[in-house]
This record gives sequence, C-alpha cells and structure tokens, in this order.
Amino acid sequence: MAKNEIDDVSGVETTGHEWDGIKELNNPLPRWWLWTFYACIIWSIGYVIYYPAIPLIEGSTMGISGVTNRSLLHEELARVDASKAGMVSKIDSTGLEDIRGNDELFRFAVAGGSSLYKVNCSQCHGSGAQGAPGYPNLNDDDWLWGGDLENIYLTIKHGVRNDDDDDARQSEMPAFGDDVLEPAQIADVTQYVLQLSSQEHDATAAKSGAAIYAENCAVCHGDDGKGGREFGAPNLADALSLYGNTADTIAAQIAKPKHGVMPAWGQKLTEAEVKQLTVYVHSLGGGEQAATQ
Amino acid sequence: MASDTNVETFDAEAVNAQHNRELYAARQKIHPKRASGSFRSLKWVIMAVTLGIYYITPWLRWDRGEFAPDQAVLIDMASRRFYFFFIDIWPHEFFFVAGMLVMAGIGLFLVTSTVGRAWCGYTCPQTVWVDLFLVVERFFEGDRNARIKLDASPWTGAKIAKRTSKHVVWLLIAVATGGAWIFYFADAPTLLKDFVTGNAAFVAYATVGVLTATTYVFGGLMREQVCTYMCPWPRIQAAMLDEHSLTVTYNDWRGEPRTRHAKKAIAAGEVVGDCVDCNACVAVCPMGIDIRDGQQLECITCALCIDACDGVMEKIGRDRGLISYSTLSTYNQNMALATAGVPGAGIQPQLVRPDGKLAAAVQHFNWRNVIRVRTAIYTAIYAAIGLGLLTALLMRSPLDVNVLHDRNPQFVQLSDGSIRNGYQIKILNMRTEPRSFRITLDGLAGATLKLEGSDLGQGSNGMLDVKANQLRNVRAFVTLSKDAIAAKTTDFAFEVVDTTSADTVTANVRFEAPSGTGQ
Repeated sequence: MAKNEIDDVSGVETTGHEWDGIKELNNPLPRWWLWTFYACIIWSIGYVIYYPAIPLIEGSTMGISGVTNRSLLHEELARVDASKAGMVSKIDSTGLEDIRGNDELFRFAVAGGSSLYKVNCSQCHGSGAQGAPGYPNLNDDDWLWGGDLENIYLTIKHGVRNDDDDDARQSEMPAFGDDVLEPAQIADVTQYVLQLSSQEHDATAAKSGAAIYAENCAVCHGDDGKGGREFGAPNLADALSLYGNTADTIAAQIAKPKHGVMPAWGQKLTEAEVKQLTVYVHSLGGGEQAATQ
Repeated sequence: MASDTNVETFDAEAVNAQHNRELYAARQKIHPKRASGSFRSLKWVIMAVTLGIYYITPWLRWDRGEFAPDQAVLIDMASRRFYFFFIDIWPHEFFFVAGMLVMAGIGLFLVTSTVGRAWCGYTCPQTVWVDLFLVVERFFEGDRNARIKLDASPWTGAKIAKRTSKHVVWLLIAVATGGAWIFYFADAPTLLKDFVTGNAAFVAYATVGVLTATTYVFGGLMREQVCTYMCPWPRIQAAMLDEHSLTVTYNDWRGEPRTRHAKKAIAAGEVVGDCVDCNACVAVCPMGIDIRDGQQLECITCALCIDACDGVMEKIGRDRGLISYSTLSTYNQNMALATAGVPGAGIQPQLVRPDGKLAAAVQHFNWRNVIRVRTAIYTAIYAAIGLGLLTALLMRSPLDVNVLHDRNPQFVQLSDGSIRNGYQIKILNMRTEPRSFRITLDGLAGATLKLEGSDLGQGSNGMLDVKANQLRNVRAFVTLSKDAIAAKTTDFAFEVVDTTSADTVTANVRFEAPSGTGQ
C-alpha cells in the first residue's frame, strides 16, 4: 500500500476511510483519555476480583464480596420488610374495626391484603375474587359464614371443614339421595327451592316439596329458606347459589351434596396477614357491619 | 520578537498547530490572556446574570398557603411535584417539561443557525465556570505572562502559596456550585441547616460531592478539553450552521499577507494586509486556537479574539473588524472583492481599502439576513409549541378525575338479583387547599352509589373530602336493581362537583350487566 494520505486542509494523516468524499482524519487521542482507558482496565481487574464475574461450567466465580443479584434481591426484600415493620405491628395490635376506620391502616391493609390474596386465595376464588361453582364469590353480599369483619377473619384463620384446625367451620349436609328421599321427592323439593328463589317452577310439585322441605331441610336452612350462618347453611331464597341455581344443580346438591374445604390460613400466614386479608375481602363490596348487640 | 509597529507581539502558538500532533497528544496548557472590549463586557454581564440565577433561585420564596411549600422553584421528588412560581406541575402534566425541552432544542437550533455557537461562547455552564475559574487564577497568579513564568519556575514557597490559594478557592466555588444544586430539590433553608449539621440525606452529600468534583475537574483542570473532546455539540453544530450563520471569522481578505514589519514592507513597496501578526488573538483564546487558521471545531465563538484584535487595530489606526462576527456569505463576497473575482488568486488588500479605509463595496453583516426560511421555520415551531404549552397551562383544570371500571369481575350479581359494578375513582385536587366533592351519577336511573373508604362509613351519599394538593383514590360501587337494567351495557357518567367552587368534571363510563339481562 502506498504511503498514507495527508489531508490538504488540516495537514493530518487520514485513516484511508472515506465516505462520499469525507475522509476520516487520524487525529491523535488526548493522552488523558488514554489514561482513562488504563484506569478502566485497572478498575475492571478490581471488579473481577470483587464481584461474581467469570462464567464457569456451572455458575461463576463468586468474587470476594459475595454480592450477587440474588443477594441484592434478598437485601432489597429485607429493606422492604423492615420499612413495613412499623405498619405491620400496628395492624397486629389494632382491632379489625379500628383498622377499617383508620385511613392509613385501611389503605395499607387493602394493598397488602390484595397482594396476599393473589398469592394465596386466587387459585380457588379467582383472580378477581369472582369465585366459581363451589367456590364462593367474595364480591357479592351472600355470605355462608357471615360477612362482617370478625366472621371473615374467623373463616380465613381457621378455614372450613379442614382437619388441621379444631376451630375450623364445620357442617355437613346429609346426602338425601342415599335412602332418605325418593328421586320424586327430591324433584319436588327442587321445585320448592326454585320457588323460594323466585324462579320458574312447577307449582304443584313445589307444594308437595314444601312439606318435604319443612320436614327435612328447614331445620338448617330455616322455615323461610334463608339459611343459617351458624352452620354455614346457604340462603336458598336469594338469587345466588354456590353450585348453580338450576333444577339440575339443585337436585344434584340435594341428592349428593358437595362440600367445599378451605385451609386454615392462620397456620400458614401471620396474624397481621390474616387481618390484612380480612380487611381486603371485606372491602370488595359485600362487607357487612358487625351486628350490634 | 521585534516589530516595527508599537504593537506588543506575543509568543503564542495554536495548540493544534500541525507540527504539534502525535499519536497520543499530551494536553498543552493554555494560559488565556485577559481581554477587554465590548464582548468581554457582555460576557461579564452574562456571567453575573447566569451565576446569579443559579445560586439565588432556590432561595426565592413564593407563598402558596399552608398546604404547599413556599419555595419559588422546587423539584419535589418525594411528592412528585414541580413548583415554578405560580405554576405547579403534576406528574401527569410532564408534557410541559417535555415541551419545554423540545423548545430548548429548537431554540438552540434557532440561535445556532443565526448567531452560531452563541450558546457555547456565552451561556454554556462550562464556559461560564471556566471564565469564573480564570478570574480566580488571574487574581492569584497574574495574567498570561506571569502564569507562564510561574509554571516554569521551580517550586518555591511563593509558588506553593499561590497554587494552594488558587485550588482552595476553586474548591470552594466547586462546593458552592454542587451545593446550590441540591437546594432545588428540597426546602433550601432547612436543607442548608441539615447539611451543615450532618443531618441531610446521603444522596445530598453524594450529589454535592459529585458536582464538586465535576466542577473542579471540568472548570479548573480540563477546561477546553471538555469542549473539544467530551461535548457532542461542536459536532452537531456543523449541521446547524449555514452560509448565513454568524461565526467568529478572521477576515483574511483584508488581513493577508500578514507581516510583523509592515512599515518596512510598505517602504519596500510590498503589498501588506492589516494583520500585524501580533498573536493577540491567540493569546486571549480560552481554547488555545488561532482563529486565523479558519473556522474550527474547537472555536466556541466567545469573541474574545475580536476584542483583542479590535484593540490592536485601533492602536495602529486601522478599521476595527479584522476579526469579526461574519457569515460565510459576506466573507465570500468580500474575498471575491479582494481577489478581483479570481478564485484562488492572491489577496490584494488594497482592493478592499483603497485609501486606508474599507471601501464602500465591502459587505457587512446585515441583521435582516437573520430572517430566512430556515429561521422562520424554527421560530414558527418554537412559537407553536410555546403557544400550545401556554394554552394548555391557561386551560388546565385544578381538578382531574379518572374513573376505571373493574375488569375482573365486570359485574357482580347480588343476592336480591341486582347487579353491581365496581369503579376505581381517582380525584386529583390540584389546588393547595382541601376540597369537598359530591359525586353523583348521571344517566343511570335508579342506581345507587356507595363509596368505599375509611372515613365514609357505609352507604355514603357521595360526599368526599380530598386533601390539599393530593390525589384520592376511592372505590365506588354502583348497584342497579334487576328490573332497572335496560341493556347489557349502559353508558353513564360520574359527575364530580366541588361543593364550594362548583368546579365540575364529568367522567364517562359504562355499566355492565350479564348478557341476556334487560331484554
């Protein structure tokens, strides 16, 4: 190659690179900039020694600091926990009604409860707490075991029909299809239940169903079919039904009832977490006020 | 070097002169001589004003009542507000800041296309602080010649004393500069007290530390290296300039051929230009360049060489303006005049100043040339954005309402068969006083409204208090009985009314019901 070209105007050697007549000049790099490169190289040596750096077949060198993204995450989480500690202990020591009445605690509990809900409850009750057949909708105003703060708290803490907690909500509806009622009687009671919830029904069948109801069902579900919360007997006279509000689903539930089970969350979550969940569920729209004595 | 005029000649050379170049260039220290003249005076004024604005602004007070800070200019990161005298910007109004940044960009284009790198030469913080640091340097070490001598002299007690005092004052300025910055982000008097008593946040000390270091290093030690090697603007400006943009120009059409021995040359019948090659322009240059080498990337157009050269021209009885603000277009016309219209021919300065004074045919910069299609477009864009922002500012409501319909579940059936929809209502009270609002439903006959909140109890009547300068987030439940539902989807509106001022904001939303209802 010929000797490097010298640019006429500046008198500087060119690199030989040219774009549309514009030539790249080979101007010198400032020496201080060279020193910053050296400084960066020295810095990188320290970095490699201090931090995890060199990838190995499994994992990487750990560096003398032991700082990893995972350890940073744990530190960050510990910081968050520490920053929440004050509020959490306040939640711990404050009654449910007072939490609900305190703006700061209420917002903290709803936010915390919302995220606890997504982790622990949404699997059964749905991400929007909208429920599914067999899993109660927590947005509505129909509560099996009571919808005030105290009852929601007890349900979450001890659960329903589990074997782990002695205080769990317990009740069991007999399987009326097993030699108690004839299929025809079940069909009649079904018509009566439809009548109770103001749906289309066969009036004649419902009439004979009413007698069967009074004898077999009223003891738990009440004479008027409005249920009984002390044993989780659903209200049959409203528009909502846990397993479906059609003749088929009602008949199936009478013949061979299904029984939902809910874990005792008090065994897995802390007291403050259960309280936050309680306030959150109560705030979803169906929360009731405690009955005044 | 002797000269036969009575003009002092300086032993100054451009740092980027061709023979000074090597693979890795060591920095050559520049010792700018103090200039005096109209541009230097202008620069003193601009320095005083810009530094004044920077240091004093955070201490200005502006009364906003008891619920908002009384600092006139405050960037409140914690509560996410930007206060500027009578304006306070909320995060959702960040477009004001974005718009102002766009205006700043367009403004820079406009300024550059008309008066060249005026930003670099007069108002860039790098230029202003270097100027300030040079004042300190000159105070302790004297002007150019004294400083060069001091540099070369051995380390004596006097030299150490001078150098130490200079660096101490530089560091003090640097600390004050870094210190002033943090006052824009918190209440200045409180922060100052916390800062000196050691109670301020770590980030305050870290910020001051970093800015002290950058101010000291950039303003005191690196100076022109920042402009030449670190700043992108010298590169961008090449695309901004055109033949009508003002740049600091050495008018070689009247200066060449230069000679230090003009009288001798004239006596010998030689053609002589106005330039007496005194190097005054090089000596005052803070960038250490020779403007006579032509327009260069390094030139920040601070115009100090104009001041220096004008002084010399006056002294030798020539017209001022051998170095002047000029456009390429007028330069070319004058060059054509001096070369008798023959491109590349030798310059004959007598053609432009036949009787010692500049001929009438010599072109001078005309301010009317500033108005060009290009500058008109820049001005139009600048003005359009400015007017747009101003209109937005004047029309902004101090009340903003956002309503979000619950998506999961979209509706909830209640035990009596009625349907309930949930909404998240956000009310922004942008006034610096607490306000009460009444929320009503418009266009949904028979519906009931319930707000969920710690202070609202059960069955609120839609009254809601929002604290001063705050956002309130509230859940709203709207319930419609089974018989009242007319369609699967009903459009209606939340009306939020300020109970005192009657400010009203309407938010249009939908009420969703299960398919099949209302038919």
